[in-house]
Amino acid sequence: MSADRQGAVVPYALAALGLALLAWGSSWGLFAAPGETYMGDVQRIMYVHVPTAWNAMLALTFAFGCALVSLFKGGWRWDARLEAGMEVGVVLSTLLCMQGAIWAKPTWGVWWDWDPRLTTTAVLVFAFAGILVLRRFVDDPVKRAVWSAVATIIAYVDVPIVYFSVRWWNSLHQVQSSPETVSKAFHWPLRINAFGILFLMSGLIGLRTRLAVLRLESELAPPLPPPAAVAPASTRGDR
Amino acid sequence: MLLAALRKDFLLQWRTRAQVLAILIFGATSLLLFSFAIGPNALALRQHAAGFLWLALLLSSTLSLAESFQAEMEQRALEGLLLLPASARALYYGKALANWGQLAFLGLALVPVMIVLYDAGTTNIGALVGIILLGTAGLSAPGTLYAAMTSQARARQTLLPLLLFPLVVPVLLASAKATSLIILGDPMGQVRSWSLLLVCFDLIYWSLCGLLFGRVVED
Amino acid sequence: MTDQPLLAVDASGLCRRYGRRWALVDVSLRVPTGTVVMVTGRNGSGKSTLLRVLSTAIRADRGTARLAGFDLRTATQKVREHVALLSHSSYLYEALSALENMQVEARFLGRDSDRKALLPLLEEVGLAHRADDSVETFSAGMRKRLSLARTLLQEASVVLLDEPYGQLDPPGFRLVDSLLDRLRRRGATVLMATHLLERGSELCDLGVVLEEGRLQWFGPAAQLPSHASFGPAAEGN
Repeated sequence: MSADRQGAVVPYALAALGLALLAWGSSWGLFAAPGETYMGDVQRIMYVHVPTAWNAMLALTFAFGCALVSLFKGGWRWDARLEAGMEVGVVLSTLLCMQGAIWAKPTWGVWWDWDPRLTTTAVLVFAFAGILVLRRFVDDPVKRAVWSAVATIIAYVDVPIVYFSVRWWNSLHQVQSSPETVSKAFHWPLRINAFGILFLMSGLIGLRTRLAVLRLESELAPPLPPPAAVAPASTRGDR
Repeated sequence: MLLAALRKDFLLQWRTRAQVLAILIFGATSLLLFSFAIGPNALALRQHAAGFLWLALLLSSTLSLAESFQAEMEQRALEGLLLLPASARALYYGKALANWGQLAFLGLALVPVMIVLYDAGTTNIGALVGIILLGTAGLSAPGTLYAAMTSQARARQTLLPLLLFPLVVPVLLASAKATSLIILGDPMGQVRSWSLLLVCFDLIYWSLCGLLFGRVVED
Repeated sequence: MTDQPLLAVDASGLCRRYGRRWALVDVSLRVPTGTVVMVTGRNGSGKSTLLRVLSTAIRADRGTARLAGFDLRTATQKVREHVALLSHSSYLYEALSALENMQVEARFLGRDSDRKALLPLLEEVGLAHRADDSVETFSAGMRKRLSLARTLLQEASVVLLDEPYGQLDPPGFRLVDSLLDRLRRRGATVLMATHLLERGSELCDLGVVLEEGRLQWFGPAAQLPSHASFGPAAEGN
């Protein structure tokens, strides 16, 4: 299970590729693409916002998958991937909320407009950040793995329920308020950015997993010590 | 075996009933403090009464749930039972049902406090009781699981609300909304939809947490 | 008790770690049914860990074991039906009375939880006069007696006792001796972790010495005192 430099190449490469794509897609969307008719320049945030949303959900779904495998099949790698996926998911979701606020202020005049999807994302951030905190407070690696997996499954199942309840709750105010509709001409910067964030995210998850594995290695006992110099007595007792 | 678990948990609750009184007073005090935060505006108080009732109940639940595993962990009695062997599932449902009972009691006991402080009465007692039962069930299921988990960890007082609160957002939303409609009037008959949401949440989490409890308490 | 396997305990290569430390290292043990075994060793040598692993309270990281014929990993619930553990923790509910603690256990075991049915056992451990007092008011010795009663109630075929003499007074010592005798006559297998070498070597059939998680010696209990000097590794038999 020892980490070697070769293992780090792929994640770094993915991350670099992701950054490059992201830079390309963002510059195209933010500067080169024509402005949207009704919303103007603020709508450009959608080129970053939508890909972030897709990938945040993807990261957390990946974490959910890792939780299932970790719980039913076991294995330290899956717990490490769970930690990585969740951290990246939380970061992306937090960015999502920030982007939402940046969009909302000029558009609606308030920083937060209780849009169902963004509100659900905010709840997600707290839920999964809480699980990351839980991990910090459990010293035993086995318990930590089992408990995080259980908590992740429970939190993930809650996501659609939270979404629906917030949507009903908000429907009285009839606000559909996140940068959404995109006409065909704008698809390319969006796709490029989506893949950009995807690769960047995969690279980051890969690197973070390696970090988690290294930490586990330091926490768990090294391989068993060699057999004692004196062999134990016969293992069948006689009266 | 579920019966044995229920008897055990209700017996434990009965023996430690003084603590329930303390938690009730805590809940009532919270309601009082919330009203101070709003100010003596009768209309605003009435409008927010339902939300504050559920907030007070949510805060009280962290005390109640944490305490429910105190007795199980101080001498590792839970492990002793698991080794008999006792089914982890039976132990979970026994505890969750007992916690539900205690939370429902707290909720119902706080209603008169709310009525007095917020002038938020209603003639539809049946519906109010129903919502309190459904809502506290939603708090009890995941709460019991997380209480079992955090009572074995460090910083347990902070961890339980940290993990539970984001999870029960739907319960808080639905219960507060439904209660508010019951108090203020429900022209479009929305209480039913909110009740349905609560029923769904309860069904999902009472099954899911029952399945996962065994993994949380085994070593 | 019909259909008893020849070996009450058949363990092979048990290993268990706590964080960075291996508490049990490659412990293999074969205990014939009906014997009373004394498990001894220094503090921290792994006695409690071994008993806890065999009782399924904790899982072994490596190795296999069969207790009363059932595999620890694949037939955990069955193992628990046949094994009883007297642990360092009392497994008691402090808020309940002695009798109530027994009643809770009896109900989970599916036994008669009537007062009349359980008082005799409390009588035997010398707690009948405090049956209705809350465990909170008990001294350490009394708690130990109640835990003993609790363990006996299970009527298991394999009984694991972790320091049964701990916290007890001289009458308590005699109580444990008589309980061991009773268990032996019943045909139960007993593994008892204790430091009381002389007592153990008289009462037990076999002895096990653990040192730093490893099985250092296993043989007739009478030879135990000379092997368990708790000094450097003993010679093999």
